[in-house]
Order: sequence, then structure tokens, then C-alpha cells
Amino acid sequence: MSHGPSASGGALVKAGAHGHDVPHEPVFVGETAARLETLIERYPNRQAALLPALWMLQEARGWVSEAGMVEVAQQLALTPAYVKGVVTFYTMYHQHPVGKYFIQVCTTSPCHVCGAEDVVKAFLEQTGCGELGVTSDDGKFTVIEVECLGACGFATPVMVNSDFLESITPNRVAEVLARYP
Amino acid sequence: MGYPHQPHPRENTVLSRYFGDAEARSVDGWKSRGGYKALQSALQMDPLAVVNVVKDSGLRGRGGAGFPTGLKWSFMKLGDGKPHYLCCNADESEPGTFKDREIMRWTPHALVEGVAIGAYAIGAETAYIYIRGEFTEPLAIMEQAVADARAAGIIGKNAMGSGKTIDVWVHKGAGAYICGEETALMNSLEGKRGNPRIKPPFPAVSGLFGMPTTINNVETLAAVPHILNHGAEWYKKLSRPDNPKSTGTKLWSVCGNVQRPGNYEVEMGFPFGEFLHDLCGGALPGRKLKAVIPGGSSVPIITIAEAEAGVMDYEGMVACGTMLGSAGCIVFDDAQSMPRQIARLARFYAHESCAQCTQCREGTAWTTKILERMVAGDGTMEDFDTLLSIADNMTGKTICVLSDSCAVPVVSGIQRFRHEFEALIKRTTIHVVPQVIA
Repeated sequence: MSHGPSASGGALVKAGAHGHDVPHEPVFVGETAARLETLIERYPNRQAALLPALWMLQEARGWVSEAGMVEVAQQLALTPAYVKGVVTFYTMYHQHPVGKYFIQVCTTSPCHVCGAEDVVKAFLEQTGCGELGVTSDDGKFTVIEVECLGACGFATPVMVNSDFLESITPNRVAEVLARYP
Repeated sequence: MGYPHQPHPRENTVLSRYFGDAEARSVDGWKSRGGYKALQSALQMDPLAVVNVVKDSGLRGRGGAGFPTGLKWSFMKLGDGKPHYLCCNADESEPGTFKDREIMRWTPHALVEGVAIGAYAIGAETAYIYIRGEFTEPLAIMEQAVADARAAGIIGKNAMGSGKTIDVWVHKGAGAYICGEETALMNSLEGKRGNPRIKPPFPAVSGLFGMPTTINNVETLAAVPHILNHGAEWYKKLSRPDNPKSTGTKLWSVCGNVQRPGNYEVEMGFPFGEFLHDLCGGALPGRKLKAVIPGGSSVPIITIAEAEAGVMDYEGMVACGTMLGSAGCIVFDDAQSMPRQIARLARFYAHESCAQCTQCREGTAWTTKILERMVAGDGTMEDFDTLLSIADNMTGKTICVLSDSCAVPVVSGIQRFRHEFEALIKRTTIHVVPQVIA
């Protein structure tokens, strides 16, 4: 969530040119469509399945495109504008394509006092990203700072896609990156 | 226990006894450790009797507000013909707090059992466990536990052969601190933006999908089976004798500048000084502890001297100038610049403001800008008045307390560490030990 004159920044992924002109292939067909229908049964209405449906979209395509939002809207009998309003509220839906490995480094106070800023620096240098929210030239990495990951006793926690890594220090960054070819 | 450390002899591990024991994660593993006995007996009791046991135990909400759990449950009118819902708040995102994560990672069935008992007590056939999206491992473990419990007939259409329906579902969040606020969580679960709602109506009247709803924290629900197994009297005794208002054991997450960060479970009323210096190992070599935020980032910052004199329960924390909150204890040592840390906290709240209320949207942003300017060395003495005036306008004037939570570290920080701010303004050197990064 970033709004108006907010002092926040850095966490946003910068729009890249690639990916936007690729035609959208429907996600909710066959088995995936059936899975969504089963999931909807957990709730008294279709709208409640919006967050799960957006997760399914992102898992299939790597990000949540405008065309993807239109498809989700159709599935759940919502308007595309409504869906976009929800997508833009949450930080975990990528509104632009990101690197093959999306790296989130926690920098909130508990990690900040344990040196998280240096972990961020090490990731930016060693991935070649150079800047927060920018995808490396080889398309492999995007690094962002993230607010509290809820593992404060294991400073600094880092997420690489859905992998949750604990107690990362600057000198462990090379070893971490080696796991993601 | 102080996971990942060995349990300390002064801990009383009720909730954390099986942290680190992967075999406790399965249905059979949980049953062989005494699991699901409490649910079995609860299902043979009258729902009101279950509510009364919890009421008598003195259990209070572990998510931050400390509201009596049994009383909250008693607000649900049984037999009103409406569907009731139970929400489990597993959106743990309060900086400093990481206890619910460990409960879900190691003892997922403790939570399933607590949720099922809670649902039965409030007349809900459906319960949702809302877990923050970043908790990928707890999400996978809880999904598995719920599926296994359903396959074993523990939950579902005929829970443990009782004829009662108790459906439990895991719902994954998508990144928003504010969704830990109960009404924002319900909006998020309904497929909406996570904006908090104006209260009243309170959730027990009109909550999830407009129906009567109870929302409880993970640790609160995980404590319920133990209370049913051992009785309200046993639970009440886990406290200091002169304070019956705080009962039971409490998980404290400890992070920041201590030798042994981790989760520790102690009885209510434990001495805070001993806790910090003995259980948590005290300061790192060559350093001294300076300040503590004992209850997650939304409670007042206190000095180490205030903390050392404190007692770890709801009332004890108030007596030493702060609050128990979610018991996410952030420790700062003498290498830390407090203005810098307070600015970082303000930035967190600015990022997480849902932006519905002007006081919060503007206040969190301007507070951050001013503090960051002060940290950069461009502060003036007038900034104190400006910050305190903004803080005043942010307190008690918004739909939820995120705004108040941003004002809290600013006001308490200026009260106790004004000299550090003044040193920045006057560009005088204060003694801050350079930080060494391993």
C-alpha cells in the first residue's frame, strides 16, 4: 500500500517494458477452473474467493496483469475495476512482471537494529540489480525491501519467491544466491 | 521454550512444549501427546458450559487488546437462526511478534483443536484461519493439518461423531499489516480491500458476511484445549498471587539486541529484569541494553531501567509505562540511535496505513518525513512541538488504532530519549557505539 504523499517508497516494483504486450491466455480453464469452483464452496458468496483466485492467477502467470484481472472479475461476477481496486491494496500481487527470483528482505525495526540494511546492500550488489524494485538485466532477480515478515527473532528473514529464509547476514548472501540458478 | 534454544528451567512450556518436535505435527502425533481430548469432551458439553470454563479461567486475548475471551464468546447469541462465524487471526504482522508462526509451524493441531472448540462454543459451523501471505511454511503446515483433521473425521460434517458440523478453512492473505485489525481482516476475507470498519456494529452483531462473528488470535485459541483439559482453576494459578486479572502462560517473542532471541513461555507475573538478562541472555558482549518495546511496535518504548523493574502481565506492563500488547519484545542496546529507530517505526506505519482516515494517511507520512529529516541532521527545536501536535491529532480520532500506534513510539520516544534528538539538532556527539555486523 502506497498512497498520496506517503513517505514510504522503495517497495514498489518498477514497471518493465517486457511482458505487457503478451496476449493473456485464460488461466481458469479445465482443472484450474474446477479447483476455483471447489474453493468458492467454502464461502457463502463468490466474491470471498477473490484473494485466492488472484493467488491462482499469479501462481500460473507470475504476475497479475490487467487482462488477468478481467478474467478473475468474470469468474467471480465482479467488475474489473473492483478487482483492480483490491489488487492494488495488497503488496504481494505483482502488477508488473518480476525477475525469476523475487527477493524480499525485511528491514523493519527488529531487523534494522540487527543490520538488515547491509543485507539489502549485499543482495543489490550481488544480483546485479543495483536498485530496489529493478529487475536484473538477465531477468533473474528483483530485490525489494519488505515490511515486517514476522520472524523478528531470526533477523534478517528473506523471502525468495515462496522460500522463507532465516538469519541471513551479508556474508551468507552469496551462498543464498547460489541456490537460485 | 526459547525456540530455537533449549527450554530454560524458569519457563513453563504449556503451549510451546512441542516446538521443534516435528512428530507433533501429525494427527496421530498430536493425539499421542494428549491432543483432541479437549475437543472430544467439549463436544459432549453444553456450548455455554464451554464458554463458562474459558470465562472462569481468566484467559484474555493474546493478539494485543487483552479482551477477556470467554466474555467475547458470550456475546454470541446462540439459537438466533443466523449463521455464526469464527475467525482465527493468524495475520501476525506486529513488528517484534513471531509467536503465532511457531505455534502453527510446530503444533498446527493445537490450533485446529482450539478453533474447533471455539466454533462449537459460539455456535459456528464455519471457521476461517486467516494467515498472512508471507507465512508460506505455516500456511502449508496448517493446510495439511486441516486436511488431515478432516480426513480423520475430527472436523467436518460430523465432527468426532458428535453430529455437529465444524468446517475449518485456511485463507491466505496477500500482504497488508492492517489486515491484522479484526474488521479489516473480515473485509479482506470477504474479498475486499482491507479497510477497517467503523464500530459499532461490533463483530458479534454484524461481522463476517454481515453475520455474528467472533475473532480470536492464534495463541488465544491454542490455549483453550489446555484450559478444558486441566480446568479453569489450574489456569488461574499460573499468575502472580496478587493479580487475578492476568492468568495463564504467555509466549513472549524476543528480538533485537539480545544474546538469545526467540520465543519464551512464562507464567503471567514473571519478573521482566530476570527475563531479559537471564532467559534472553542479556546484552551482546561489550554492549549495554538501553530501551525495550515489550508488546510489539505499537506500545510505548520504555528505558531498560523501567523494564528491569517491570512485571510481565497486562497490569504490570501498564505500571511500568507501557502495555503487554502482543508480547513482541524488541530490545535496543547502546549501539542504537533511538531517533533513527523511531523514524524507522514511523516509516513502517506510513507504509501500512490503509489511507481511509486523513489523520492517519497524512499524519504517518508527515511524522516520517520530519523524523527522517531530523535523523539526517536537519532538525530544529520546533520539530518537537510539530511532532507532538501531529501525534495528538493522530490519537483517538480514527477508525482503527494504526494511527495511534504510529504516535505511540514518537511520544514515548521523545519523552524518554529527547536528549538524543537534541544532540542531532545541535550536532553534538552522543555516545553511540559503532555497530558491528557479523
